[in-house]
Amino acid sequence: MTTLPWLQHLLLVPILLPLLCGAVMAPLTQGYHRLKFVLGYVSVLGMLATALVLIAMTDGGYWQDGIGVYIAANWQAPFGIALVADRLAALMLLLSAVLGLAALHFAMLRWGRIGVHFHTLFQFLLMGINGAFLTHDLFNLFVFFEVMLASSYGLVLHGYNAERLRASLQYIAMNLAASLLFLLGTALIYAVAGTLNMADLAARIATLSAHDAGLVKIGAAVLALAFLIKSAMWPLGFWLPTTYAAASPPVAAMLVLMTKVGAYAILRLWLLLFAPGAGEAGGFGYDALLYGGMVTIVFGAAGMLASDSAGRMAGYAATVSSGTLLAAIGYGQASLVTAALYYLVGSTLAVAAFLLLIELIERIRTPGSAVLAVTMEAWAVEDAPIEPVGRGIPATMAFLGLSFMACALMISGLPPLSGFVAKFGLFHALLNPGDGVPVRTAAWVLMALVIASGLVAVLSMMRFGVRTFWATAGSAPPRLHRSEVLPVAFLLALSVFMTVQASPIFAYLGRASAGIHRPADYVERVLHEPMVVRKEGP
Amino acid sequence: MELVIAIAIGIVFGSGIWLVLRPRTFQVLIGLMLMSYAVNLFIFIMGRLWVDKAPLTPAGTVPDPALVADPLPQALVLTAIVIGFATTALYLVVMIGARGLTGTDHVDGREPGA
Repeated sequence: MTTLPWLQHLLLVPILLPLLCGAVMAPLTQGYHRLKFVLGYVSVLGMLATALVLIAMTDGGYWQDGIGVYIAANWQAPFGIALVADRLAALMLLLSAVLGLAALHFAMLRWGRIGVHFHTLFQFLLMGINGAFLTHDLFNLFVFFEVMLASSYGLVLHGYNAERLRASLQYIAMNLAASLLFLLGTALIYAVAGTLNMADLAARIATLSAHDAGLVKIGAAVLALAFLIKSAMWPLGFWLPTTYAAASPPVAAMLVLMTKVGAYAILRLWLLLFAPGAGEAGGFGYDALLYGGMVTIVFGAAGMLASDSAGRMAGYAATVSSGTLLAAIGYGQASLVTAALYYLVGSTLAVAAFLLLIELIERIRTPGSAVLAVTMEAWAVEDAPIEPVGRGIPATMAFLGLSFMACALMISGLPPLSGFVAKFGLFHALLNPGDGVPVRTAAWVLMALVIASGLVAVLSMMRFGVRTFWATAGSAPPRLHRSEVLPVAFLLALSVFMTVQASPIFAYLGRASAGIHRPADYVERVLHEPMVVRKEGP
Repeated sequence: MELVIAIAIGIVFGSGIWLVLRPRTFQVLIGLMLMSYAVNLFIFIMGRLWVDKAPLTPAGTVPDPALVADPLPQALVLTAIVIGFATTALYLVVMIGARGLTGTDHVDGREPGA
């Protein structure tokens, strides 16, 4: 007789908690924004705790091979939907909870109060993201992507003005088309392989004939297009800078994570389905990722150099980081994936902190709440947010300057912060491909591109810093509220923590990367997860 | 029969792509809708074309797999239709909002040359 230990249900918490909180908030009107905020905050803290416990469980040997499987509704694996938590998924859950915490805290004073459903949509966004990290079924992945996208459509529009409308019109059209591609790819894969469970797919793909493997490759390529649109690979990422620049800062910080969801899906699927040397389809598409990633780095760097506004610059910085990540995945080497995961976490924190910081920095140029005035008018908000007067923090300019510098160091990958450690790790992995294996030419090109993009980032960040901090000397320092300063400081402190604790983090990521490079484990664990047998009545 | 359906899906999808690339938001919307119809049909026929095969079996019987149609694509297409419908409706709302705020139905939010 197998009974389900209650700890196993923890896998559901990152999905159910935001769903329930969001559903409770939906009927509440605007007057209850404080209650909504508290509810949302509790939910995010719960997700944070769950993610930490899941990390401890996957890494602490609670589950065999560090893979926890939850078979929804007790339907065994190929027939029902399986949720899988491994080290990588747990790490991504932690990242999403951390970013959610920072963005929500930042939105406490202003952004959470305009518009009725900010908090509701925010919870649903987190639900979609967490679900996409956990699910092990292709069609379920589509559903979670749609949950995530539908709430992101609403959130990008949050604080309704002409610029946001224009940006989200393109954003929505782009992503609707991408969803259709997702469906096409999924349907084609199902038609050939007859399953949508990822582990089952991995087991079956190796046995397909050459003709069928060709069809699966077509399906997977169409599917990958949908993911690459999310992760903004050139030439699919033109929507990204405009959307980032237009969205309100807390939302833009969450959007940074959404580009990583695309990269995560690629990483997971490709290592599972197209591991080099697995049947007819083995090794498919890695070169496209590698070279596409490289071109994306060039495109992002050029965009950073050319853009004038900080929001667009942050968007291009996210593009560069996506490109680096995709190229590292496409290179197809386990140790490089380890470094790429470190880079993923570090760059997400950096770009998100920068996006939050931009709003505060912009106040040096446009003092007061001129930015929000228009929005307030449009929504006819009676309960206008409290002006952050009187409770501001001292040494505003020093804080802004130092935080900006920290962001610049992380984004461009200069010592001593985590960006440098990440790039060092990438180079180390590229130059040490293993015993007797020569370093590929692509490795040199990739390193040159990463270094050059770092240089470009330094240049453009410096230009922005000089214009903002030095050229506006004499103007009164802007007023900041603690609730806006804390999230930025929190994200930057995490980056410092990542630098100091680089060794244990790298060790953890190494185990995570080794885990996802053994697809056979997933096949074994997911397909043989026992059903719970109901106790016979007396 | 397969060929006819395949060509039909191709025509609908192609028309959708053409409309999505047009400069007016309403054309884009219709294009997206056509594309989603084509995709729904595509999912549906991925369960193969059958005649006279039930997707469900009477309760209490053990079904013979050779006699029933694959029910999964039908479930998938139902989900896809619902999600597609909702997101298209959302796009319509944003479109009307953009028309009201910018005074034009051009996708760029301003008339070319203006």
